[in-house]
Amino acid sequence: MERKLKHVTVPSSEITPYSVYLSRRDFLKAAGIVSAAAFLAACGLKLPSTTEANPGSVTQTPTQNSPAPDDAQGQTTDELGNPLNTFDQITNYNNYYEFSTSKEAVNPLSVNFKSTPWAVEVGGLVQNPKTYSLEDLLKFKQKERIYRLRCVEAWSMVIPWTGFELGDLLNEVQPMTSAKFVHFVTLMDKTRMPGEGDPLYPWPYSEGLRLDEAMQRLTIIATGLYGQPLPNSDGAPLRLVVPWKYGFKSIKAIVKIELTDKQPETMWNTISPREYGFYSNVNPQVDHPRWSQASERRIGELSRRPTLMFNGYAEEVASLYTGMDLRANY
Amino acid sequence: MPTISGTKLKLTWLQIVIHIFGWLPLAWLLHEYFAGRLSVNPIQDIEQRLGHIAVYFLIASLACTPLFTLTGWREPLKRRRALGLYCFMYASLHVLTFTGLDYGFNLQLIGGIVLKKPYAIVGLATFILLLPLAVTSFRWWMKKLGRKWTNLHRLVYLAGVLDILHYAWAKKGNLFTLSGDILQPLLWGLLLLLLLALRIPPVRRWASGLKQKFPKAA
Repeated sequence: MERKLKHVTVPSSEITPYSVYLSRRDFLKAAGIVSAAAFLAACGLKLPSTTEANPGSVTQTPTQNSPAPDDAQGQTTDELGNPLNTFDQITNYNNYYEFSTSKEAVNPLSVNFKSTPWAVEVGGLVQNPKTYSLEDLLKFKQKERIYRLRCVEAWSMVIPWTGFELGDLLNEVQPMTSAKFVHFVTLMDKTRMPGEGDPLYPWPYSEGLRLDEAMQRLTIIATGLYGQPLPNSDGAPLRLVVPWKYGFKSIKAIVKIELTDKQPETMWNTISPREYGFYSNVNPQVDHPRWSQASERRIGELSRRPTLMFNGYAEEVASLYTGMDLRANY
Repeated sequence: MPTISGTKLKLTWLQIVIHIFGWLPLAWLLHEYFAGRLSVNPIQDIEQRLGHIAVYFLIASLACTPLFTLTGWREPLKRRRALGLYCFMYASLHVLTFTGLDYGFNLQLIGGIVLKKPYAIVGLATFILLLPLAVTSFRWWMKKLGRKWTNLHRLVYLAGVLDILHYAWAKKGNLFTLSGDILQPLLWGLLLLLLLALRIPPVRRWASGLKQKFPKAA
């Protein structure tokens, strides 16, 4: 019942303004944590180490300035100092073709989408295949992460997600040694997702990652946004978020996660393999055949900004691709 | 010579309709902008809407001759210039939005796109083709160029085809495998092909014969 209520669409007038959201956070924080030092500790001490990364070295060790803290609460910017986009921006401008090819039509068309009950089948090359309910998945340690999202259409946002690391789930189902890739599939139900009736697309939407990409701790399954359950227009009840890849890799409304030994087929790659490579890492140097990827418009800003290698997460993820030709593996 | 100096400036209802529809999209866009009704990515919105409107006027200007062929109604032939100039106006605003609002006249970024990306190459080619057509659309040029004027203005057929390619290639889809987000450019493209086909002499003769069969259709 409580869950049902939570997923009812909230009129924008009732959405907590971000300043109030933050002050509420501040209040909660003040209840337990008194000093600024303690705040830093709260951000850092839960984690294995707080030592600063050596410049130039690739490290997975989070710091208080890390893009992957367990708890980004109270932060108004990402680790590079970019301000968050508003809840309104994030929920009213969505590439979610299962509802509509118009980014602004997704929100109104998805208002009545019922995302509960929900089940995700996790199987394939794993020791412990299991069908998880949303409640099961919410038991994985939920973390707050502020990530940049860079769309292949050259716009971007900064988004405060809540979610769990995909690695936590994969560790539980235990991939077999033969497993090399992870395949994700979106719900296929034309009656609930009208866009899936469009015959020009090979539905259902599907995506894939290499297993080591899926295990990278930046890779999360998001279950919330701005401290609320994930809104329908952003992929309720749960979606993938891989912040160093173009947005279309971050598949929404997932019902199936399958471990495979072969590189899985993905929807956009099937439509246009030359344009939407399997990797699709954000890369300003490797030009997309259709659009230049050198610059982007941050939603809410007037001038363009240069696009960063791996969307600014090079330090965390570049090591996944050492020795690979990123021009060939675009 | 144009007789604007004359006391009578008579407008036909078709002219009134065309001029209303000529300015309405711009007024509507400005209204949407100032009312805050554009998306959270307003510059791209403005850019794309101006592009769409330019396509509509280009198709409308190319529909005049087939309309005459099918109905024998002569007036649309006189309105091609106005429709073409409105197309050029919106195409110019579209280009200006792209270079100025979107890319802040950053020539390095613009060059990296306009010289490399198929959608931008055909877009620029379309605009370059429209430029001399707009400039020479006045009667003085028509007289001066004579037969050459007719040939020059046939470039609009090519501009139409390139325009649709520009439209399709700017979207996420594949026009040739009929997959992805291509329905709109596909439909406009088919309409364009129909309008061009009605200009092929045998088709045109057949089409103009239709009105004898249905004399009231006009």
